[in-house]
Amino acid sequence: MKLSLRELVVDFKTPDAGRLPALGPISLEISPGEFLCIVGPSGCGKSTLIRTLAGLQPATSGSVAGDDLPITGPLSTLAIMFQDANLMPWRTVIDNIALPLELAGVDKARRHKAVNELLPQLHLQDFALSYPAELSGGMAQRVALGRVIVQRPRALLLDEPFGALDAMTREKISLELLDLWREHRQTVVMVTHDINEAVLMADRVVVMSSRPGQLVADIAIGLERPRAINMIYRETFLRLVREARAAIDLPDS
Amino acid sequence: MAEVGEKIDAKPGSRSSRNALLQLRQLSPLLSLVALLLLWQLITSAQIYPAFIVPPPAAVGEAFIEALQSGLLLKHLGVTLEEMFFGLILGLGIGLSIGYAIAKAPMLEYTLSPVIVAFQSTPIVAYAPLLVIWFGSGPTSKIVTTAVIVFFPSLVNTIVAVRAVSPNLRDLMTSLNATPWQSFRQLELPSALPVVLAGLKTSVTLAVIGAVVGEFVTQGSGLGYLVTSARNQYDTPLVIVTVLTMTAIALSLYSFVVLLEWRWLAWRRRSKR
Repeated sequence: MKLSLRELVVDFKTPDAGRLPALGPISLEISPGEFLCIVGPSGCGKSTLIRTLAGLQPATSGSVAGDDLPITGPLSTLAIMFQDANLMPWRTVIDNIALPLELAGVDKARRHKAVNELLPQLHLQDFALSYPAELSGGMAQRVALGRVIVQRPRALLLDEPFGALDAMTREKISLELLDLWREHRQTVVMVTHDINEAVLMADRVVVMSSRPGQLVADIAIGLERPRAINMIYRETFLRLVREARAAIDLPDS
Repeated sequence: MAEVGEKIDAKPGSRSSRNALLQLRQLSPLLSLVALLLLWQLITSAQIYPAFIVPPPAAVGEAFIEALQSGLLLKHLGVTLEEMFFGLILGLGIGLSIGYAIAKAPMLEYTLSPVIVAFQSTPIVAYAPLLVIWFGSGPTSKIVTTAVIVFFPSLVNTIVAVRAVSPNLRDLMTSLNATPWQSFRQLELPSALPVVLAGLKTSVTLAVIGAVVGEFVTQGSGLGYLVTSARNQYDTPLVIVTVLTMTAIALSLYSFVVLLEWRWLAWRRRSKR
């Protein structure tokens, strides 16, 4: 799925009826199957951008579109993953992952079959009947990832999906995500505050300025795939990271 | 695994003493009851008070059997239970639905809260006679008294519970295009259930008070009436029998809610481990 942002502006209402500009104007095109990472200082509107693409946040002006059709509400072909795992504590792992199918009216046998096929890829096959409180942070985030993948979306919107995890788990799950993506080749838009992670995973990294967020850099990552963790020691990798960091450190104008 | 087994075998003494402690803990509520009975028996044996003021446990036991055999107790118990049942349904129904509406539309709270708070802060005993004037001395007035007293905790708990539903999970449901009914059934209901059930524990015990207060005022039938008439005849054993019957109703209903929690909130038990 091709995603496009045209002159997108999002303002928030303040309690005294004023307007707080959060984002834009911003124009961006994401090609089908592209893995795009968005980095930027906190509060720059990265999450707002993701939420607008997901149809959870209306645009103040400008537009967002999926395959040239305007996005005005949540689409079933577009799945969003949130910063925390956001699981339902009263549902088992299998039923948490199956939630999107259940809401879409898929019968129990078929949705359990779909989830069971997914569990080994997520390293969750021994935890199908566990409750979220029994899981580690990394496992919970894998369940959240499963809940996104099971929808077979054509685009994935990931809002700092591994932000709450420790560095080791984070690295591992990032590479697992890349494996899953290699199989399905969805369009991915991922927000992260970790520049190394962005460069390691993405085809393209865009850098946003602080609020109201605008594009200040658009960096193509030419590293070959599949990506491996030892690429972080390469000269090209370091150059790309330095380039992104320099764009973020630009003084506010 | 072998290591764990060895550890247990190595210290059999500590394990059995822990078991004994566990058993003692399960029995300790019973111990306090036995102690209370003993104290009661001691006071009556010492004859500090005449028997018509503090009758001995045996006399109360006799009164219980007599009231049971004559059908007196069951007749009034049936009346009270019926009033409580309909009062609970009415009070819970209104409390849960208005609570849900208020949680969803904060404007409603501003509008309704003066009436609701006024209702709650006025002692029910004071305006129960008014309810009798309006709803007659039949079962209706007692059903209304029960409903009124049950209404408030179920209302407050519903508001708190529905407002506490995670906004992130609401976003998730929105992003999955959930219908309003799906959001209610799959998110709001299971999320609110623990708090609502906790409120229900309060409600069911209050329901006993509601029905009995109504019966105090009207006279005619029910456990509240039985207490008053027994007192007027200085039949203190029967008064105690009736009061203990009320306790038994409240405890049974409370246990029933605990049972519901056990069934419906199994995930919480698992999560605590």
